[in-house]
Amino acid sequence: MTLLFKKTKLLEKKVDEYLDLVLKGAFLFRVGVKFYMDGEIDELENRISALHKCETDGDKLRRDLESDLYTETLIPESRGDVLGLLEACDRVLNMTAETLSQFFIEIPYFLPELKEKYLKLTDVSMDSIEQMVAAVRAYFKDVVNVRDYIRKVQLSESESDKIARKIKKIVFRSDLDLCQKMHMRYFALHIEKIADEAEDVCDRLSIAAIKRSI
Amino acid sequence: MIWFFLLSGLFLGWSLGSNDAANIFGTAVGTRMIKFRTAALIASVFVILGAVISGAGASHTLGKLGAVNAIAGSFTVALAAAVTVAWMTKLKLPVSTSQAIVGAIIGWNLFTGSPTDMNSLTKILSTWIICPLLTAVFAFLLYKLFSKWIVKLNVHMLRQDVYTRVGLVFIGAFGAYSLGANNIANVMGVFVPAHPFDDLSFAALFTLSGTQVLFLIGGLAISVGIYTYSKKVMMTVGNDIFKLTPIAALIVVLAESLVLFLFASKSLEHFLISHGIPPIPLVPVSSSQAVVGGVVGIALAKKGRGINYKILGKISSGWVTTPVAAAALSFISLFFMQNVFNLEVYNKGEGFSEIKVNDERIIADESIVKNFSNKNDKFVAAISGLDLVKLNYDSFGKIDN
Repeated sequence: MTLLFKKTKLLEKKVDEYLDLVLKGAFLFRVGVKFYMDGEIDELENRISALHKCETDGDKLRRDLESDLYTETLIPESRGDVLGLLEACDRVLNMTAETLSQFFIEIPYFLPELKEKYLKLTDVSMDSIEQMVAAVRAYFKDVVNVRDYIRKVQLSESESDKIARKIKKIVFRSDLDLCQKMHMRYFALHIEKIADEAEDVCDRLSIAAIKRSI
Repeated sequence: MIWFFLLSGLFLGWSLGSNDAANIFGTAVGTRMIKFRTAALIASVFVILGAVISGAGASHTLGKLGAVNAIAGSFTVALAAAVTVAWMTKLKLPVSTSQAIVGAIIGWNLFTGSPTDMNSLTKILSTWIICPLLTAVFAFLLYKLFSKWIVKLNVHMLRQDVYTRVGLVFIGAFGAYSLGANNIANVMGVFVPAHPFDDLSFAALFTLSGTQVLFLIGGLAISVGIYTYSKKVMMTVGNDIFKLTPIAALIVVLAESLVLFLFASKSLEHFLISHGIPPIPLVPVSSSQAVVGGVVGIALAKKGRGINYKILGKISSGWVTTPVAAAALSFISLFFMQNVFNLEVYNKGEGFSEIKVNDERIIADESIVKNFSNKNDKFVAAISGLDLVKLNYDSFGKIDN
């Protein structure tokens, strides 16, 4: 029995560590984009490396969790949901790492008057990840509050849609070359997509939370 | 020869173990919260303990309904009940061992012309309805309580999983104890008036009365049923009938165990009587129907979602079909036993007399009365339940017809 409680504590810790990594990923993305907008490419490169390390550590933790849940036959009723959720969170983390890398690889041009809007879009998208992590944590230990966090993610996602649409409108009404327009649209779309992915995690979560009620 | 005659009771015990253990550990094993080996060990140990320690109460009521007083009669009655259970299970009809044995005893009463004690019969029939209703009420209340606790305590999902497993083990043990205490009457009750076992001492530590030895044998038969066949049933119960979460399953088992215990506990009966509260009749009830009651209670607590009234109707029909089928089968088998195999299925003695024991009037066979003068304990067991009051020969007197 004591052994079972010990193992459980260790797993709880692993779940928390994993979610911490997702949060850290969101933070690094936010800072990385800001460094890019400020022209500090070296700093951006550092953040990209750190974000890739988060991604790798996250993958390892998630696989450990998967195998522990199955070999110890823990939470048999919910482990499918839990693993699905963790995998969905992993996609969010991968997407942040991938998008931030594109800034370094493609060095996109942004209209100076749009920089603030891109930063705002980044903030709102990263807010959605933070609220998503809070929702997933609540799913594990405070299921009643899951709904509130999900609602916040939905609001952030809708806000990111609006900002991205505004950016795209301004971009396509400018005198830039089409290739530049397309490039700016691409980055707005990808930052916005991170919020979409966070919302997808929450859609899964809302069903899983209903199933958690006794 | 006694072992041959006991075979039908052992068969009934085996089928009870293979079917009813699933009512306690079904969801836990089916959902892989507990390993089958663990569940089988706990269920077996506690079923035997319940049967031996607290089994007398419910068998007293069955004994009053009809004291099957010849071993060949007991064999036939238990066989008729066992065949009814097996047959109806094969036909996938809802069946209860308790209802089968009651029907089979009534079949014996009809065949032998013995009077059926209407008071006991009414008591038994009413508990068949009260039992699932009471389990539903318990499950409803427990569900509300657990829901509040879980929200209030905010336990991590993984830790809640461990607590649930521990709960399933402990409540399962209590459930198995209650099942043994309540349902051993179904398996061995009909052998109580006619068994030949003497008291058995275990190294001067404790002594089992002859009836307790009989219940021990019945308990062992139930254990064999649990080990050999219940896994299959548990996997079915856990996955097919109703999808319950492990905590809801724990609530259902707790409600069911409480109800089985209420209908089996002599201590509780004494407690209620001593406080001037009307006692709960000690009657063997159906654990399967208690589980159904528990599940309905949970469904009602969830605002009535997902109740299949058609299935409920089908299950309730078992209240009528099982005892009627068992009574008919018992009657026909007794006829064959007596007329084809020339076995004595009831002890005529010198006719039935009304006797008085500690101011309680009982219809009893005179041959048993004679046994009493020879073997004090046997008689106490024969008109089962009176071992509640310490009998001695002086307090017993025959009343003229």
